[in-house]
Amino acid sequence: MLAEIYTQEIEAILAKYPSDQKRSAVMPLLFLAQREYGTLTNEAISEVGELIGLQSTEVASLVGFYTLYHDRPGGKYRIQVCTDLPCSLRGAQAFADELCEKLDIRMGETTPDGQVTVEEVKCLAACDHAPMFQLQEPNGIHYYEDQSAGSAMALIEALRVKGQVD
Amino acid sequence: MTEHIVLRHRDLEGLDQLDVYLENGGFGALESIVKKKSPEQVIDIVKKSGLRGRGGAGFPTGVKWSFLSPDVFPRYVVANADESEPGTFKDREIMERNPFQFLEGVAICAYAAQANVAYIYCRGEFWDLTRELDSKIEQLKELGLLGKKLFASDYSLEMQTHLGAGAYICGEETALLESLEGKLGQPRLRPPFPAAEGLYGKPTVVNNVETLTNLPPIINRGADWFSSIGTEKSTGTKVFSVSGKVERPGNYELPLGATFRELIFERAGGIPNGHAIKAILPAGASAPILPATKEVLDTGMDYESVSQVGSSLGSASIIVIDETVDIAWVESKITDFFEHESCGKCTPCRDGTYWMKHIFERIMHDTAQPQEIDLLHTVGIGIQGKCLCALGDFAGLAVTSALERFGPEFDLHAVGNSSKAA
Amino acid sequence: MSVTLTIDGTEVTVPEGMLLVDAAKRQGTEVPVFCYHPKMEPVGMCRVCLVEIGRPARDRATGEPLLDESGDPVIQFGPNLETACTMPVGQGWQVRVASEKAIQGRNEIVEYLLTSHPLDCPICDKGGECPLQDLTMGHGPGESRFLFDDKIHLAKHVPLGELIFLDRERCIQCARCTRFQDEIVGDPVIGFYERGRRLEIVTYSNPGFDSYFSGNTTDICPVGALTTADFRFGARPWELNSAASICPHCPVGCNLTLSTRREARAGGRDIVKRVMPRQNEHVNEIWICDKGRFAHHYARDPERLTTPLVRKNGKLAKASWKEALTRAAEGLKEAGTDLIGVASGRLTNEDLYNLRVLFGKLGGKAILSDPMAGGNLVQRYGVGVGSNLSSLGKRDAVLVIASDLHEEAPIWWLRLKQAAERGATLIVANARATRLDDYAQHNLRYDWGDGARTALGLLHFIGADPELARFEGDRALKSAARAFKRARNATVFFGREGLNYAGTEALARACALMIEAKGRLGEPNNGLVAVWPRANTQGAWDMGLRPDPRGLNTALEGAVAAYVIAADPVGDESASLEKLSTLIVQDLFVTATAELADVVLPAQSFVERAGTFTSGERRVQRLYPAVSEPSGSLPDWKIVAEVARRLEIGLEDTAAPLVFERIASEVRDYSGLSYDDLAVVEPQWPEVGGGDNYFGGTAYANKQGLGVQLAPHRASRPLRWKAPPRASAAKDLLLMPVTKLYDQGRTLRPSKLLAARMAPLQMTLHPTEIERLGLSGAEEAEISWDGRVERLKFTPSTEVPPGSALVPRSVGLALLEPTPVTVRRPN
Ligand SMILES: Cc1cc2nc3c(=O)[nH]c(=O)nc-3n(C[C@H](O)[C@H](O)[C@H](O)COP(=O)(O)O)c2cc1C
Ligand code: SF4
Ligand code: FES
Repeated sequence: MLAEIYTQEIEAILAKYPSDQKRSAVMPLLFLAQREYGTLTNEAISEVGELIGLQSTEVASLVGFYTLYHDRPGGKYRIQVCTDLPCSLRGAQAFADELCEKLDIRMGETTPDGQVTVEEVKCLAACDHAPMFQLQEPNGIHYYEDQSAGSAMALIEALRVKGQVD
Repeated sequence: MTEHIVLRHRDLEGLDQLDVYLENGGFGALESIVKKKSPEQVIDIVKKSGLRGRGGAGFPTGVKWSFLSPDVFPRYVVANADESEPGTFKDREIMERNPFQFLEGVAICAYAAQANVAYIYCRGEFWDLTRELDSKIEQLKELGLLGKKLFASDYSLEMQTHLGAGAYICGEETALLESLEGKLGQPRLRPPFPAAEGLYGKPTVVNNVETLTNLPPIINRGADWFSSIGTEKSTGTKVFSVSGKVERPGNYELPLGATFRELIFERAGGIPNGHAIKAILPAGASAPILPATKEVLDTGMDYESVSQVGSSLGSASIIVIDETVDIAWVESKITDFFEHESCGKCTPCRDGTYWMKHIFERIMHDTAQPQEIDLLHTVGIGIQGKCLCALGDFAGLAVTSALERFGPEFDLHAVGNSSKAA
Repeated sequence: MSVTLTIDGTEVTVPEGMLLVDAAKRQGTEVPVFCYHPKMEPVGMCRVCLVEIGRPARDRATGEPLLDESGDPVIQFGPNLETACTMPVGQGWQVRVASEKAIQGRNEIVEYLLTSHPLDCPICDKGGECPLQDLTMGHGPGESRFLFDDKIHLAKHVPLGELIFLDRERCIQCARCTRFQDEIVGDPVIGFYERGRRLEIVTYSNPGFDSYFSGNTTDICPVGALTTADFRFGARPWELNSAASICPHCPVGCNLTLSTRREARAGGRDIVKRVMPRQNEHVNEIWICDKGRFAHHYARDPERLTTPLVRKNGKLAKASWKEALTRAAEGLKEAGTDLIGVASGRLTNEDLYNLRVLFGKLGGKAILSDPMAGGNLVQRYGVGVGSNLSSLGKRDAVLVIASDLHEEAPIWWLRLKQAAERGATLIVANARATRLDDYAQHNLRYDWGDGARTALGLLHFIGADPELARFEGDRALKSAARAFKRARNATVFFGREGLNYAGTEALARACALMIEAKGRLGEPNNGLVAVWPRANTQGAWDMGLRPDPRGLNTALEGAVAAYVIAADPVGDESASLEKLSTLIVQDLFVTATAELADVVLPAQSFVERAGTFTSGERRVQRLYPAVSEPSGSLPDWKIVAEVARRLEIGLEDTAAPLVFERIASEVRDYSGLSYDDLAVVEPQWPEVGGGDNYFGGTAYANKQGLGVQLAPHRASRPLRWKAPPRASAAKDLLLMPVTKLYDQGRTLRPSKLLAARMAPLQMTLHPTEIERLGLSGAEEAEISWDGRVERLKFTPSTEVPPGSALVPRSVGLALLEPTPVTVRRPN
């Protein structure tokens, strides 16, 4: 239960908003639930709803709307390559293709070990450092800029090792 | 221009450290207004400086503040750090490298608005950056630069960051407020505008990161100094994000009114591999595409001049297209973007972008009938002027402007086009 | 204040603040809408209501209107079309709805919508009453320029629970359904998922789409995306006949339309295919609850009685009407005056009137089986003519005491919730939390049984009777009383939760006195409303029946012959009827009581017959026959008259309106009324149904009558308050029967659709009580009282006050009043 494991975090999140506006806490709480459960399962969704007095449906609506929430299983690590116009003008598409080829998966798929998913995303505000991607892991999102397939693969290998240990 | 106003960290090493920032006059602006100026006086200074919103619309900042419903409290200030326009990456650099100037700007705005709570709405992808901001806010609290009774006055201010979770539309200010309230990021009907009924139904100022970061220097050096930079109606400097086919993509801070030519060829090093420039997207995906004619290249990048040549400056994210790039492909990418980011609330944007995307699929597979290219134009026109927020207009305008200005490039994709075979 | 503007050249004057769509509608100009619904806040999403708006130009400097050479105001049209649904009208506007520009703009919107909409009108339930279909004909492009291959293909039969189905392809994302659930009902259990063109309606509640009001979304969905499991694929709207009716399930008296069709499967008989709301802005507006919509199946239950039964050789056997009636009459005659008639508020006024007259003439007594007092007080202190819960707002107060309105009278719950949201002061007093609490400004919590005491406490402050000082309450009570007193208008809804008959009697008096103390008796939105257990309990009081204060069982014990209609004393309260020499039961089904009867007479259900019900707000309303009756059955009033004839008592036996004529000539308050009066309609707003069903939805317009609200009458005798009865001494636990909307009553069980939602037979009690009573880990508890022993399942709930256990009424445990019980862990 989130309420027990993250009592302090939840309190800190709720404290950010006026006491009669608990609903505002739903987005940070969803990140917290995603950190705990990896995927936002129905149980995770209803737990978040209970914390702030929302119906599960209301919470699920947000999960569906925002792209950084995941209610369908994917890799523990999500490599989200920006292939939007500015990055594509600077080789992002070729980079993405090469990465998928090296991992032997298609765009959007997860490696057979269940560790890494490669996804295409829209502009990440790092267009001057294309090709780039962000790594979304259970507890955070980090930018990796000026990438090549080689540098990305090195990171992925390191993650796989880490992922197996954790 | 050698001096940076917003990207001041480029002139001063270590400006992202609080002690360095303080050594260089940091928080002097906030202290001086809290001690010596009324909120109205601050609003007047900002009005006089001519500062216009850097988030895209270019609305005069001081004027916006003066629309706050009188006598209604609490009020809120929200910094728009959702930066998601393709080709825009200036707010991120500001917050990463010059965070205290930005935070001081938020505080100045909050004081002027008489808000005791300010939220910084960061796009969810700025996760690490937001954690950094959190710790910077903590540092300020420890030093008493944020919190209760600032500088021994009656004024108190609290600042909170809030992470989005991946939705371009949340940059639109009313969608942002919905999102901050824990709802779907879908724009609200306007009026009422946020200044009348914003966050939690209370009077609210929403300003872009860059807009806010301009405030400390304006207070420190005066409205006249600021308005002496730039053009008459577009005062101050602007951070131009340059991307696409240039040698040195990146942010460049220049006075408003500097020409495209200076930015692209002098600052950003021109077009790689000796290719010729073909087109410019002056505001990311969200403004009509401009053919890179001599006239356009010599146009000053200020709000008035850019609209005179048939586009708009928006958030000044300049995407450069050279002769190797197919404009139909450019627009198909842009349409994909808008289709993906349409919130779905209003019909023309939701279904119009979907329809255009499907026509583009055929265009890019060279299976479109010639009349479908006309249809694309009709659909693009039909969306405009009917949507709940500007996203739909952006999507329609991007396509119709490209068809009008680069029509032959689209025709090449039509089925049975003879010139393509050649 | 009013505003004058011109719409397509015609001038119209409307109240200030009215939205342009509504103004156009009033004037007779159709501006199409999808997302706009006159009962909800505008959102301006669908953009189909685009029009051109010209506004009088003003001088920038002076703000003065600009005039042209001829002195007329200069009108400025903006560059863009604007949404008529979001614009409050402005003085001097010139609006163009039918201009080429406006029409083209709307055509474009319809064409966009059709890019994703399937063209399956021929098989769509909404076909024939579909706004999108109509608008496509009227406004859409002649043919689609959108390639069919590009259409999104989505799931077509998605159950959002057992009751409502979604066709994802047909949804046009107007959000009417989600906004209805969120804004109007406060059950946001359906919502959008994803975004852009991928938006789809989902539910995550358990059970799916968990709301008592879900069916209404299918009426206001402007396309065939939402349909009820009941009606889906059932029939085409144009094949249906319709008849007006009144919902028989609770005292609100929602106006219904029963859609019927002849059905081969029903042996060529016509049957009810669906139940739809019928607009009555005074009563239910355009809404009904799901019980009203889905619980009609009992009317065509194959177990319906179709022939009279007579006990022969100890067994009930089929008999002719003649034989059965003769036998019944003989039984009554033999009993002399040791007779009792028992009837419930399920009957119509006509039935109850005939029964009461019969028993009066026979020298016996007809009593009401609904165990709650106060009908006589509602006659004197009921709400004034013109009362309308929709008009309650800032200056008004409402007290709801000893009732769980969400379960007992859902549409009242809904309308009071909305009144509170409009600013009315809502005071909710009960021994436990109920769903109305969330909307109340004052929540008063008392100990079980102290409902009347609390009311007397309130009365003490409102009426200042020094004798009442001993009921003085706490601060919360005082502040609620102050708010009640300060309000201009005040209404009290009182129920029976936690109370026995004497408790309801004391409560009703205290509440009536509060109304009196306010001093606006007889004015609209002032008065007393009883939350009766049945649809026509008030009518029963008005017809002269009332419960026996000693209780139904005691009353029955003293009789030699009993005539029981639409009541089940054996099933509901374990009455022992062995001593009766004659028992006549008249009902739709063989109830537990009927099993013991000497004569069983088959009656008609509400869908088959004419009659009137009097609602809790004392509105007399007509039911119309919708389908032919199962052969062999007769309306109750007629059967009673037939029995009477055999006893040489003349009752009206030819037609319901004639019975009503007698009521009108004899019953105070009904005097002079006729069926024609009840059938009067006046224009209502918003306009629904009919040719323009895109505006308000497919609820039926009311053409058959709004009914007549009765005025309370003044009585000469002053009313005295009554001390509350002593609470029964607690044993281990106080077992508390509570009403659930979906119980397992005989009129609900045949509706298979609702089966999964029916309340189970189990107790709910506080977790600490489970421990205290040594029940932890046990599956069931053994409870006993008055020599009865029952085993009951139980579940914990922190909402139940310690010392008590809740058990739903009508789910299999015959228990009407709060009862102290001993509890044992079964071995
Ligand atoms: C679709 C859309 C996206 C927008 N995205 C952003 C954004 O990412 N950042 C931003 O500052 N303003 C964005 N805006 C502009 C805001 O609505 C708003 O005008 C701005 O935050 C006001 O601040 P300013 O006056 O300081 O520019 C967007 C507007 C639209 C219509
Ligand atoms: S299901 Fe019907 S009411 Fe709900 S959004 Fe879709 S079209 Fe509108
Ligand atoms: S926008 Fe006006 S009806 Fe939908």
